Amino acid sequence: MRASDLLHPRPEGLYCPPGDFFIDPVRPVNRALITHGHSDHARSGHRSVLATRQTLDIMGLRYGEDFAGTTQAAQLGETIVLNSVSVSFHPAGHVLGSAQIAVEHQGTRIVASGDYKRQRDATCAPFEPIPCDVFITEATFGLPVFRHPPDTEEIARLLKSAAQFPERSHLVGAYALGKAQRVMRLLRDAGYDRPLYIHGALAKLSEYYQSQGIDLGQLEPATVESGGKDDFTGAIVVGPPSAFADRWARRFPDPISCFASGWMRIRQRAKQGGVELPLIISDHADWDELTATIKETGAEEIWVTHGREEALVRWCELEGIAARPLHLVGYEDEGD
Amino acid sequence: MNRFAELLDRLVLTPSRNGKLTLLTDYFRSVEDPDRGLALAAITGDLHIAAVKPAMLRMLVTERMDPVLFGYSYDYVGDLAETVSLVWPQTSGNIPNREPTLGEVVARLQAASRSDGPKVLAGLLDSAGISARFAIIKLVTGGLRIGVSARLAKQALADFGKVDIAEIEELWHGLSPPYTALFAWLEGKAEKPRNTALALFRPVMLSNPVGNGDLEKLDPADYAAEWKWDGIRVQAVAEGGIRRLYSRTGDDVSGAFPDLAEAMHFSATLDGELLVGDPREATGTFSDLQQRLNRKTVTPKMQQQYPAFMRCYDLLQVGAEDLRALSFRERRGRLEAFVGTLDPSRFDLSPFVDFTDWQTLEELRRVPPHPIIEGVMLKRWDSAYVAGRPKGPWFKWKRDPHTVDAVLMYAQRGHGKRSSFYSDYTFGVWTGAEGEEELVPVGKAYFGFTDEELKQIDKYVRDNTIERFGPVRSVRADRDNGLVLEVAFEGLNRSTRHKSGVAMRFPRISRLRWDKPANEADRIETLQALLDR
Repeated sequence: MRASDLLHPRPEGLYCPPGDFFIDPVRPVNRALITHGHSDHARSGHRSVLATRQTLDIMGLRYGEDFAGTTQAAQLGETIVLNSVSVSFHPAGHVLGSAQIAVEHQGTRIVASGDYKRQRDATCAPFEPIPCDVFITEATFGLPVFRHPPDTEEIARLLKSAAQFPERSHLVGAYALGKAQRVMRLLRDAGYDRPLYIHGALAKLSEYYQSQGIDLGQLEPATVESGGKDDFTGAIVVGPPSAFADRWARRFPDPISCFASGWMRIRQRAKQGGVELPLIISDHADWDELTATIKETGAEEIWVTHGREEALVRWCELEGIAARPLHLVGYEDEGD
Repeated sequence: MNRFAELLDRLVLTPSRNGKLTLLTDYFRSVEDPDRGLALAAITGDLHIAAVKPAMLRMLVTERMDPVLFGYSYDYVGDLAETVSLVWPQTSGNIPNREPTLGEVVARLQAASRSDGPKVLAGLLDSAGISARFAIIKLVTGGLRIGVSARLAKQALADFGKVDIAEIEELWHGLSPPYTALFAWLEGKAEKPRNTALALFRPVMLSNPVGNGDLEKLDPADYAAEWKWDGIRVQAVAEGGIRRLYSRTGDDVSGAFPDLAEAMHFSATLDGELLVGDPREATGTFSDLQQRLNRKTVTPKMQQQYPAFMRCYDLLQVGAEDLRALSFRERRGRLEAFVGTLDPSRFDLSPFVDFTDWQTLEELRRVPPHPIIEGVMLKRWDSAYVAGRPKGPWFKWKRDPHTVDAVLMYAQRGHGKRSSFYSDYTFGVWTGAEGEEELVPVGKAYFGFTDEELKQIDKYVRDNTIERFGPVRSVRADRDNGLVLEVAFEGLNRSTRHKSGVAMRFPRISRLRWDKPANEADRIETLQALLDR
């Protein structure tokens, strides 16, 4: 069968006609398969949802327990048959619970990777390359300029700055699901054992990570209760990036604004955002990871979605791999 | 190389002066010779490396990667040095065991001939990581643009060695990269380097503003008064055939004023104001002076149209005789005789302002006889010439600032302590015919208000935002709505870069006019009238 008969874009999202399901639909549908819990991929209001246990838990935390009519947890590696189409979930290394979805029917296998990365991350299972005929790759950082350094180097720079400016606080902007917990875990792995202060938006998800056995150490709410600004002298505070432009940030003494994101690779992005200490830590694959992964899957055809499709398609052409952009609507870059 | 690269990256994104000083002193403390001295030279602009043109850089990279992918990348990043540093292909074969040090990089670049320069550069880029590649490219393309002046770098040296910046400034022009003797002294490991070079800078004496009630305590008879000219304070030093013009922070600006340097047929150190025009006939305005500022090359036509001259304030040295310990009265006597021997089209004497009591001087100060005068200077007759800004011997008494009522148009978030406040304000005045008035931006200010007022403006900005562009908010401002700001400024320049045609000097918010309706703010004609004076 033709691959485009097995999966193709519809306004609701990526649709599988023989299986009658959508992958990461952006509008409510009858049956949705969800790769991971970021809000542009995981929406509420579907009649039934199939996702990993952790993704379902995360959706429950974000939208409330009644976020879908029915839910079914997919075990990683287990095959589930939906109307004669075999589907299986495999780790994507993006955030806790994230999975690639392999869809197989009449001898054709397509892997929809969702968002993924290859750098080691102690807060989620590592990406597993799945051999396939068609690999659907994201291209958030699909330009040769995006090359993420080792995350440990970035955390070392944060700790160096904290030592250099002990009278100030460091505010680390990091998205609430995944990035924030990864940054905290990296700090712990680097030996930072003081309490970390977190914005309220991070509390439930961080607690969930801890309940899944990911040790983030002592977390304290970044609220002013006892004293005042001095409470946070020398502190590292983690919160969603939007909060740091907000009045919320006024409780901190002369803060140094840091932002943990792959976009921080570009100096002008850091400058425009008023970021003083950019931390290039991304939950998406960089250029080298994207190109290496494409080769590893052995896919004959690559579909490129959300991001900078043209450069990756060009690279595939130069490598003699068939590739085309897959125009899906509605995905933003939350999660980086 | 990585430590230097990291320093550059941190400096460019650190807005606060103190933050920059901490980063610099930490760097000087933790990095060894010669790297720290070479970094210092790169920052102060004293490191000389043959430049590589952007076209060459582009050629080097497109020989190594698909030009289409490079094109996409460059379009996205927008900065050539940064793009090349990011996309430079790093194959496993060319990763050396360790990255080159700054010293090695500089040595290889300086040893390269014109023809093998690109090859040497490519070899260096092969051996370095992303941050280091960016720093290397910045070194060879000239101009680090990291927001650190030579003066700030010298302040960092002074902080590092716990010495007065005047000591650094006085030594500076006798030293050369990598400044090993300087660092050894600052670390207490060696004696202060002895200066044997000619025509060195002498740290400049500065004044304090006249504060409330200051004058009542002073006797007018103890002070001489001069006009305060609004040109560029310079020091002209000629010695043993070397002629130099220094800015008041000790930067060598001789290259920009060859006409004046040419006329320095003497062996002495003069303190004065650089102005344009012919002192025997007319002194040019600040707009005229601007024609000569910040230029890389000065055409003969420019020199003829706007000749530079020096209005002399003080004489610090004649031949081998250091006059700085003498009283102002004695130095002035020597100065008058000395200036009499110089080319009258290039040097004249700063005239005294006659006065007997503060009231008379106050009246003169308010209505100075020339637009380029910005007030009066008071100098104690018995004052020695000392570096820095001692309190008491010299005062500046400025003309009152101009003010204009303008309407707040855009607000931008600040940095550091102000990162959650909209604290940088762009304001405009009315233009256009009656019934079709619109606001045209005339300036930007980010101080002059109290912390309490900042909170109030911030709230106003948040409550009246009509559009957002990144850290900038566009604020509702029309005939019926808008916050009027009284803006104080020192002067106005013509500007071809701004839509309004004017650029303010030293603008700051002097008052919040919550009471004033937006449509009663000033019109552009009010400012234009100031230009034409």
